[in-house]
Amino acid sequence: MFSNTMTFAGRELKSYFNSPIAYIVIVLALVISGWLFFLNFFISGQATIRGLLTGSMPLVFMIFVPAITMRLIAEEKKSGTIELVVTLPVTDWEIVLGKYLAALVLLTITIIMTFTYPITIGMLGDPDGGAVAGQYLGLFLLGATYLAIGLFASGITANQIVAFLTAIVLIAAFYLVGNFVVFFPGPLASVLEYIGVNYHFQNLARGVIDTKDLVYYAGMIFLFLFLAVRSLESRKWK
Amino acid sequence: MINVENLTKRYGDQRAVDNISFSIETGEIIGFLGPNGAGKTTTMKIITCFMPASSGRVEVDGLDVFDHSLEIRRKIGYLPETTPLYPEMNVREYLRFVQALRSMPRSGRESRLADMIDLCGLGEVIHKDIGELSKGYRQRVGLAQAIIHDPEILILDEPTIGLDPNQVVEIRSLIAALGREKTLILCTHILSEVEAVCSRVLIINHGQLVADGSPDTLRAGLEGRQRLLVRLKAGADIGQLRQTLAVHEGVSVEELPAAEPETLEFEITGGVNGDLRENIFRAVADAGWVLLEMRREVQSLEDVFRDLTQGGERADNVQ
Ligand SMILES: Nc1ncnc2c1ncn2[C@@H]1O[C@H](COP(=O)(O)OP(=O)(O)OP(=O)(O)O)[C@@H](O)[C@H]1O
Ligand SMILES: [Mg+2]
Repeated sequence: MFSNTMTFAGRELKSYFNSPIAYIVIVLALVISGWLFFLNFFISGQATIRGLLTGSMPLVFMIFVPAITMRLIAEEKKSGTIELVVTLPVTDWEIVLGKYLAALVLLTITIIMTFTYPITIGMLGDPDGGAVAGQYLGLFLLGATYLAIGLFASGITANQIVAFLTAIVLIAAFYLVGNFVVFFPGPLASVLEYIGVNYHFQNLARGVIDTKDLVYYAGMIFLFLFLAVRSLESRKWK
Repeated sequence: MINVENLTKRYGDQRAVDNISFSIETGEIIGFLGPNGAGKTTTMKIITCFMPASSGRVEVDGLDVFDHSLEIRRKIGYLPETTPLYPEMNVREYLRFVQALRSMPRSGRESRLADMIDLCGLGEVIHKDIGELSKGYRQRVGLAQAIIHDPEILILDEPTIGLDPNQVVEIRSLIAALGREKTLILCTHILSEVEAVCSRVLIINHGQLVADGSPDTLRAGLEGRQRLLVRLKAGADIGQLRQTLAVHEGVSVEELPAAEPETLEFEITGGVNGDLRENIFRAVADAGWVLLEMRREVQSLEDVFRDLTQGGERADNVQ
């Protein structure tokens, strides 16, 4: 199980770095987040790592993540390699997890590289260690959830553009749902708040690491990976 | 070894495969023949566990392909019609990738890879990106992928499509060599390929099995429908000729418009007891007529194929 997953992950990672797409997407993500960061710095004079991590990155990821997940399954469906992959003696979970892991590595690299902005302007001088760790954990989990959504979107189509747009719409829905709580009565509002990704992200970003937020992210990731597996299996529905 | 029972696959209202049954023994080399859209690829996709049947079942070694998919996928080597390759990988990476997913023992991988390079003639391209290969080499890489784990069952869907004549001959002899030790299903609409390689032919048309037998039996089956063209000098009596030949069941004698003056032309078809030429000669000689010409149309596998798959309706089953 583990070794097949790693084989798939290795192949995906290599193919990310063999094509210019990964570089372009990473550079774009860095440029945009950097731009937002320095804009903040020059305008208000108070660019902080917190501002970057909690304000800009979730929005940048809304585009960045679909861009790196869109090809993962859709391309194999289009080119027909899916027929090779699913007729090899491997499970659909191994395929999905392998692809997910590869994207997760790419995401982690990108997150680590965003470090450079605050470092360059010496903003890490007096960081609240706990809060920064919480923000990074939050950002990582947020990105990881987006990736699962993006992978699912890639699984339901053979068209990468459709996968990209579907992922953006789904992610935006989960990001924004928390903003509409004011329009709903009490119990429904708290349900919506819980469903939204941002609420949990902001909790973690405050440096409060609560299991209910971790459970939320784990649940979302599992749900969408499960749906991605189901999308591969959809060929088996009679 | 492979048992297909009442297999049906529907796409919407269309039955791509319509209630076919056959079974394949270990070591057989099957030619799976049929015109475009007959349902060959669909059948192979079901046997290889890519997708399930709408109804009916497929068993490999007594195991249902849907319930024991992983075990069966281990036994099968499959070259799909689309030759699934990753253009950004080089040939070596690709084959190593397949080896890893086939869980081959690590120690044997390198030497097996070297064997594949030899067998499929990949030496010159092994470090090239697959995206840069010609169609023929891509096809060879696909073939190497299918046989790299030395499968018991090999399923090749149109392996020689898009190859130049030299490569066709090469790949075909490679397939013939592989067939000596494996159970092999070869999907194709190229009849010479089947003649060259296969011990048994299944012909499918509009999703239905219309013939099943060795190339020789199929041809022999058609001999029952042999067609002879006979030209006699004027004065012969068609009624009498019919009577003489009537001892052979199913023979029909039709008079054709004569192409030459002072002659009679007949088309004689049918007759299940082999060659009719001798009987015709004797009938003509005994009656004292003059035989000017007699021609027998030899049936090829191509005739069998055309006969069985032409026209919209289902042809008769030739067993
Ligand atoms: N995914 C699909 N959706 C709908 N119809 C399909 C699908 N795949 C195949 N068909 C239809 O099923 C029928 C059988 O197709 P199949 O690919 O099995 O034929 P084939 O015998 O392999 O033909 P060829 O010699 O052209 O490869 C065709 O009429 C085809 O249009
Ligand atoms: Mg086909």
